[in-house]
Amino acid sequence: MATKSLLKRNNELANAKRQLDILDGGIFADGELPKFADKIKEIGHFPLRPKKLEILQINVGYMCNQVCEHCHVDAGPDRKEIMTVETMKQCIEVIKKTGAHTLDLTGGAPEMNPNFRWFVEEASKAGIKDFIVRSNLTIIRANKKYYDLPQFFKKHNVHVVSSMPHYTRGKTDKQRGDGVFDKSIKALQELNAVGYGMPDSDLKLDLVYNPSGAFLPGDQMALEKDFKKALMEDFEISFHNLFAITNLPVSRFLDYLIASENYEDYMYALVEAYNPSAVANVMCTNTISISWDGWLYDCDFNQMLGLKVANKIQHISEYNEAILNDRNILISQHCYGCTAGAGSSCQGTVA
Amino acid sequence: MSKTYYDPADLRKFGKITEWSEELGTKFFDYYGKVFEEGALSAREKSLIALAVSHVVKCPYCIDAYTKDGLQKGITKEEMMEAVHAGAAIESGATLVHGVQMMKKYDKLSM
Repeated sequence: MATKSLLKRNNELANAKRQLDILDGGIFADGELPKFADKIKEIGHFPLRPKKLEILQINVGYMCNQVCEHCHVDAGPDRKEIMTVETMKQCIEVIKKTGAHTLDLTGGAPEMNPNFRWFVEEASKAGIKDFIVRSNLTIIRANKKYYDLPQFFKKHNVHVVSSMPHYTRGKTDKQRGDGVFDKSIKALQELNAVGYGMPDSDLKLDLVYNPSGAFLPGDQMALEKDFKKALMEDFEISFHNLFAITNLPVSRFLDYLIASENYEDYMYALVEAYNPSAVANVMCTNTISISWDGWLYDCDFNQMLGLKVANKIQHISEYNEAILNDRNILISQHCYGCTAGAGSSCQGTVA
Repeated sequence: MSKTYYDPADLRKFGKITEWSEELGTKFFDYYGKVFEEGALSAREKSLIALAVSHVVKCPYCIDAYTKDGLQKGITKEEMMEAVHAGAAIESGATLVHGVQMMKKYDKLSM
């Protein structure tokens, strides 16, 4: 298992342009598989346009305590891109005025940003309905300074969304690193102890499931049932919902697909599983993604591919929701990941 | 033509059999799809049965397909291997139970 980011390793896939060339080339360039644009033209959704903005997703930095093999952010301890207080203040101004009902903080491990707690305190005052922090769980056990995170989240009524690739140790550690499973279990128990994820609790705790390999997620409801049963029986852990999220061929997951000679089969699987009814609700139609340095994107994946919104407003410093909503969403073949089967988004299935 | 009887890329072309016999092909795939839906048995249980049978009929396409299907359904490798053994046990049992026929024939022919 790698312990450094693609960027640190000088891997060519750390370059967004190279990734886009791969996604546009090969089996898509020679017509063996149809391009995503052609598929959505068939159902009159090209160009893809935003609907009402519902979610502001803010990436507060690419630094992370883990180096997961499937990470589309290429996050890790060696990534130094961290949102500054100045950019956070610009975000707070936007959060106060936005029509979005959900604020979604992500990373990296967002908690590793030195101003994370200040940002959460300020953002929670803005009165947004659903305030999500995507926590990788192990961060809660990584260092003493993070041990009180469950109480901190509770104090600010944060909705915790955490990654948990499987309810068995082997699969979890293979994807995310040795010891991740045991630390995650301990962190979940601590979240439960302060009330998170308990059956009638308002303190929301949801889990994210990403397949640990070159296959698509199965039925979200069936997986949720299996996870709930196993985590309760083995560890007395409760949680609310499971989001089954498809791995998109971006960054480290793209690198894995190519290195393991699974890329073509995986793209075939995504195209075969294309579900036209998922297109209308893909997350880029109701989300704006903001990077650590304040640039605006249609989604977190486009952020990692360096595809800034196609609009005259491109930075948080000049944010204007009405102007921003009048844009064409940028697409490439990675978008098939969000329309496969029951569809996929940061909130789980969409179809 | 490929130089081997089996080509992994043929699996994704399976649907093409309908092109040369639309009625039968369509009927087969409708039936196939229906069989693996959630029913009195869960889709998960059916996937494990399919994996066991795939080994018994020694179909490399089916083994590829149902290993992947099992992963998608969150089935563990321990469960998958037990299913393969269940199939193998029946297959070897089917061979061994013929031993009774052999024994009867032996006895009949012997003085």
